[in-house]
Amino acid sequence: MPVTTSESAITGVEGYVAEFERFQQTLNEPAGLTALRRRAIARFAELGFPTLRQEEWRLTNVAPVAQGAFHWPENDPDAVAPGLLAPHTFDAAARLVFVDGRFSPRHSFVGELPPGTVVASLAEVLAREPERLEPWLARFAKFDRHPFVALNTAFLRDGAFVHVPRGAVTGPIHLLFLSSGEEGRPTLSFPRNLFVAGEGSQTAIVETYAGEGAYFTAPVTELVAGPSAVIDHYKVQRESLGAFHLATFQVQGERAAVPSSHSISIGGALVRNDVNAVLDGEGIDCILNGLYFGDGRQVVDNHMRVEHAKPHCASHELYKGVLDGKSRAVFNGLIHVHKGAQKTDAKQSNRNLLLSRDAIANSNPQLEIFADDVKCTHGSTVGQLDEDAVFYLRSRGIGAEAARSLLTYAFASDIVERIKIEPVRRDLEEFLFTRLPMGEVVRQAV
Amino acid sequence: MQTTETSTIEQFAAQDYKFGFVTDVEQETFPPGLNEEVIARLSAKKGEPEWMLEWRLKAYRHWLTMEEPTWANVHYAPIDYQAISYYAAPKPKGSGPKSLEEVDPEILKTYEKLGIPLHERAILAGVAVDAVFDSVSVATTFKEKLAEAGIIFCSFSEAIRNHPELVQEYMGSVVPYSDNYFATLNSAVFSDGSFVYVPKGVRCPMELSTYFRINARNSGQFERTLIIADEGAYVSYLEGCTAPMRDENQLHAAVVELVARKDATIKYSTVQNWYPGDENGKGGIYNFVTKRGKCDGANAKISWTQVETGSAITWKYPSVILKGDHSVGEFYSVALTKGYQQADTGTKMIHIGKDTKSTIVSKGISAGHGQNTYRGSVRILKGADNARNFSQCDSMLIGDQCGAHTFPYIDVQNPTARMEHEATTSKIGEDQIFYCNQRGISTEDAVSMIVNGFCKEVFRELPMEFAVEAQKLLAVNLEGSVG
Repeated sequence: MPVTTSESAITGVEGYVAEFERFQQTLNEPAGLTALRRRAIARFAELGFPTLRQEEWRLTNVAPVAQGAFHWPENDPDAVAPGLLAPHTFDAAARLVFVDGRFSPRHSFVGELPPGTVVASLAEVLAREPERLEPWLARFAKFDRHPFVALNTAFLRDGAFVHVPRGAVTGPIHLLFLSSGEEGRPTLSFPRNLFVAGEGSQTAIVETYAGEGAYFTAPVTELVAGPSAVIDHYKVQRESLGAFHLATFQVQGERAAVPSSHSISIGGALVRNDVNAVLDGEGIDCILNGLYFGDGRQVVDNHMRVEHAKPHCASHELYKGVLDGKSRAVFNGLIHVHKGAQKTDAKQSNRNLLLSRDAIANSNPQLEIFADDVKCTHGSTVGQLDEDAVFYLRSRGIGAEAARSLLTYAFASDIVERIKIEPVRRDLEEFLFTRLPMGEVVRQAV
Repeated sequence: MQTTETSTIEQFAAQDYKFGFVTDVEQETFPPGLNEEVIARLSAKKGEPEWMLEWRLKAYRHWLTMEEPTWANVHYAPIDYQAISYYAAPKPKGSGPKSLEEVDPEILKTYEKLGIPLHERAILAGVAVDAVFDSVSVATTFKEKLAEAGIIFCSFSEAIRNHPELVQEYMGSVVPYSDNYFATLNSAVFSDGSFVYVPKGVRCPMELSTYFRINARNSGQFERTLIIADEGAYVSYLEGCTAPMRDENQLHAAVVELVARKDATIKYSTVQNWYPGDENGKGGIYNFVTKRGKCDGANAKISWTQVETGSAITWKYPSVILKGDHSVGEFYSVALTKGYQQADTGTKMIHIGKDTKSTIVSKGISAGHGQNTYRGSVRILKGADNARNFSQCDSMLIGDQCGAHTFPYIDVQNPTARMEHEATTSKIGEDQIFYCNQRGISTEDAVSMIVNGFCKEVFRELPMEFAVEAQKLLAVNLEGSVG
């Protein structure tokens, strides 16, 4: 594993560019990949950190990240206390643990998987057989428009590589990303994941992000759903409240694939999820759902982009948010139907529940349609709990607070119930019971 | 009556753009170009007081520091602002028309051709008209009758001369001179427009209307409309526009400001049919307009209704600032793009007061190579308790070369607010057409019928005569869109 480099903190665009010069000297890899990194860092130098004057970042201020000073982590990934892992693990077919973006073999295991299936650290595959990644790596997540994807591509080193071969069916694969902001030394990490589902394969992948202290992480995940592959992707983001989490998830669908994604966002001080799906084959059925919670001064921004490039595809998006305190949520969803993508059936909906006077919701669903025989709808709502429903519950002897919690639970469980992996679902229900006031009443009621 | 109406429809259908003729009148135009001197000359020409010139120059100087916006979903070659003539007017005979008899008969004929009743016989039509020909207002009808009720309805230049205190108080109060690139340009060079003041408690007895006509070549039209409805007043105002067919693009950058005081209601309807360019997308009007209304007191109401069928490019967002408690904003729009037309239109509803309510209904129809964009913003500010918004944006696509886009921006900062947004996109179903065909209705009629049904919610909001006109306009514009 290449040792990193700089002792001092990295800050500002110049800081990252200068760090890249040091960083790339430590690498021993195919020339093609180094050239890719160079292009990415050059693009980052051009783009710089996004500002509020850019449409895509109009409502999300990343100044804390742009002005923050971050360090490469120094601790040993294997030395992480098992107690930190325990709350997030469940019975999976394979689990890879990454600490501050670096693979921890000690805490990881790969159980019995169908022959040909690979679940491994990206760094190991890169060192051993980089040609294996060649057809996919960095081919889908575009860094020319997104500065954090550019940064990730320039500094990519480790993450998970999952390849499910043709026709294979696997149990759930769990990827756990832990970050530990060291005292007075905020860390940074750029996890990079690549999931490839072969023709007709079936698999489920859960990404969990969690941590302690203050840190900055910008993960990028690329998912390639081969022809007729069924792949369920879950992302549970439970970062610490001091974390900056700026992630991109890129889905590439081929003919008749059935990719689905559920993104649950709970933690983080500043969270941005870019979810992009390109439906590049006929007959794809793509589901993108999400649930986000905001409290205190949290900022959570979900940016979706679904490209219907070929005819006869369906996409369904449902994002729900529960906002309390002075939190702010941004939802930006674009459905782009290309010329000739006839018979597209695209649905998008965003619902926000405001629990406090100071919470803010911004919702920008967008449609761009260049084909005429399509069905596209979007809907967006922002509001508070229905007072009539609260009254109804109260008239049946349920206290005001419990009634509100019950209704909030019902609102959120709409997404939670769609999670097919039971332990993950139960874990989230448990989170709701503890998060909501009078959660015990809710637990008994449901 | 029935037969003439049918023949009118046939006439409509026979030609693509009926209002493409040019009126041959002696024109007085400024040479193209824009600088402080041109503005001073324009102001002197109109005999404006010092404060007006100051305002124009302030706007012009600010305009020089601004950059032309590029965020809209429309594409056009850069505009050369120095190649535009900023003043074009029919040459006055003598000291300017005092009554209709003195207006150049050529111009009267123009309006006659357009079907605008300027003559007193128009009493039957029951509409008061202010006719704006290029840069100046040529005639305003029913002035005396309106004056009896205390209503001021005149051209903007006249208002500057006769009611400077009102103009100074309200001009720029809704759309400040520094608002945006085109509004600022307008503030510097605006030529004429309409001015309406309805005093306290008066319900305007007839529909007011302005008819805009661009006639001169190479000129831009920069009109400014200001409508004030004082406490408890009511006014309904219509606007219509046409222009001759020309190969080059002409810029139309207007500003409309509405002020509705406590308990007042303003209803503003537009049927915009500027020349859209030929079938290859050559020529046509750039319709870059800033329209905004302010509900400045409790229970005020502003309602925008627009039917946008013309212009090469339409780029406008009639907006409402809901400042007074319980105030109401409405926006009803039909935008049709065909040929190579582009439209980026929608509305902004800014909820400031408590219990404010807004409704947005937008229907976009794209045919041919048309690109239709709905862009809207609903902002519910912190103090807007119990604000309510409902938005619905439906798009219809006819043919596979066109596009429909929806960009609503929703910003809610108050938890008691309720807002809903819905959008759908569809095409005319083959089964729907088949059903009509089966019952002996031709495909063309079926499409026109379905489209009219699609737009019904908006047409319902138009004053009667306009609703009929709008339906016909749509039918004509859709002519030949169905393969």
